[in-house]
Amino acid sequence: MKALWIQFLGSFADSARDFAPIVLVIAFFQVMVLGEAIPHLVEVLWGGFLVVFGLTLFVQGLKLGVFPIGETMAWDFARKGSLPWLLAFAFALGFSTTVAEPALIAVAEEAAKVASAGGSIGDTAGAREDYAEGLRYTVALSVGFAIVVGVLRILRGWPVQYLIIGGYLGVVVMTAFAPKEIVGIAYDSGGVTTSTITVPLVTALGVGLASSIEGRNPLIDGFGLIAFASLTPMIFVMGYGILR
Amino acid sequence: MTEHLASLWQSLAATLDDVMPILGILVGFQVLVLRRPIANLRQVAYGFLLVLLGLAFFLEGLERALFPLGRLMAEQLTDPAFLGLERADTATLSDWRSHGWVYLFAFATGFATTIAEPSLIAVAIKANQVSGGTIGIWGLRLAVAVGVAIGITLGSMRIITGTPLHYYIIGGYVLVLIQTGFAPRAIIPLAYDSGGVTTSTVTVPLVAALGLGLSSHIPGRSPLIDGFGLIAFASLFPMMTVMAYAQLSEWHAGRRQRR
Repeated sequence: MKALWIQFLGSFADSARDFAPIVLVIAFFQVMVLGEAIPHLVEVLWGGFLVVFGLTLFVQGLKLGVFPIGETMAWDFARKGSLPWLLAFAFALGFSTTVAEPALIAVAEEAAKVASAGGSIGDTAGAREDYAEGLRYTVALSVGFAIVVGVLRILRGWPVQYLIIGGYLGVVVMTAFAPKEIVGIAYDSGGVTTSTITVPLVTALGVGLASSIEGRNPLIDGFGLIAFASLTPMIFVMGYGILR
Repeated sequence: MTEHLASLWQSLAATLDDVMPILGILVGFQVLVLRRPIANLRQVAYGFLLVLLGLAFFLEGLERALFPLGRLMAEQLTDPAFLGLERADTATLSDWRSHGWVYLFAFATGFATTIAEPSLIAVAIKANQVSGGTIGIWGLRLAVAVGVAIGITLGSMRIITGTPLHYYIIGGYVLVLIQTGFAPRAIIPLAYDSGGVTTSTVTVPLVAALGLGLSSHIPGRSPLIDGFGLIAFASLFPMMTVMAYAQLSEWHAGRRQRR
């Protein structure tokens, strides 16, 4: 019990150190540059405590739950040897973790505003809602697709550069044809789709798969899933902009 | 007190919404397709509970302590009044040289938020494990943080100057591809991944506020069109800095061996 406490205090200190830079930056700009006191100091301190405590629990939980489950499932799929089921799992994981992602919902709503200001859809709440929903499903589809292709890449041992170069070419070509006002949103949608739980899980899946297959190196073949999953949304969103 | 509990409860509910589909898929495939008992089920369940609670506390704390202050700050630093200028002074306002504090803020925020980004911590832990310790947790995190800092600074300059976003992004891709040819092979997938990983819970809200503030105060920019693109910058530059980090450590190791 005592050892547990010491370990917990240790990781709490780690998290506090991870959070310290932001606190310093905000405090510096607030006090030195803007020349104001920090408002609601008690509230801010309580919030800071919650952040550090939450980060501590999260990192513990990753090691105990998320990493092991991602890797054992990868091993089990490899042992089962059924490619269709593995790909179905990959797609479901990519699609379902993206479609409900709050950051994506926010970006889709912004995008709908841009589209209706630019005149490509009607200026009604209904039209905007339709557009935002369509966009959300498009991005979720593209992430599902990316994880499927990424898993195939691990199985076959293709170098990650080929996928990425192909994806870049796709982005460049689509940029030439896409309506100007969607380009910024499309580029941003790549970064926002991968959430805090998806990333560790998908990473563990990739590393698990690469280590369960003979001849694959977990470092070279296991990583790269996230990279492709942040590239395809750009292409798909610009495609959505062209078709709408 | 009750108000605090209520908003904590709301964060927990929002995190549950986020985790539920993932758990559903994991359990569904485990039970229906793999049909194997999960080893250490209790430990895994406990881990997921910690992740759920941890994220909820984390988000709640950010929303209480950091985001309101950070958003206000982004708004104030980009306001012409902060520079002691009139709104009508468009020539000075659209000059990229007038905004030194904004760049410093962009750089510092980009760096600091990335260090606290939970998904980057996760990837760094995994990379460290898989590489048998050759890729340091802190080395990777610092490299990514510097990349995000550079990206957001350049991205703010772009909003102020109004140059088209795709010139920078496509140019950046070309650089990434050239660097790929020279970087140690083992770092490449990880470097590519670090681009997408970095922009998450902590970084996105603050950076979005900065983009919004800048584009609504600089004359001739529209928040709807020019406010986007900072995230894209922030996911591009870490690829370069992570590869550079690997190149530097390889060069360093090579030099030490020759001696």
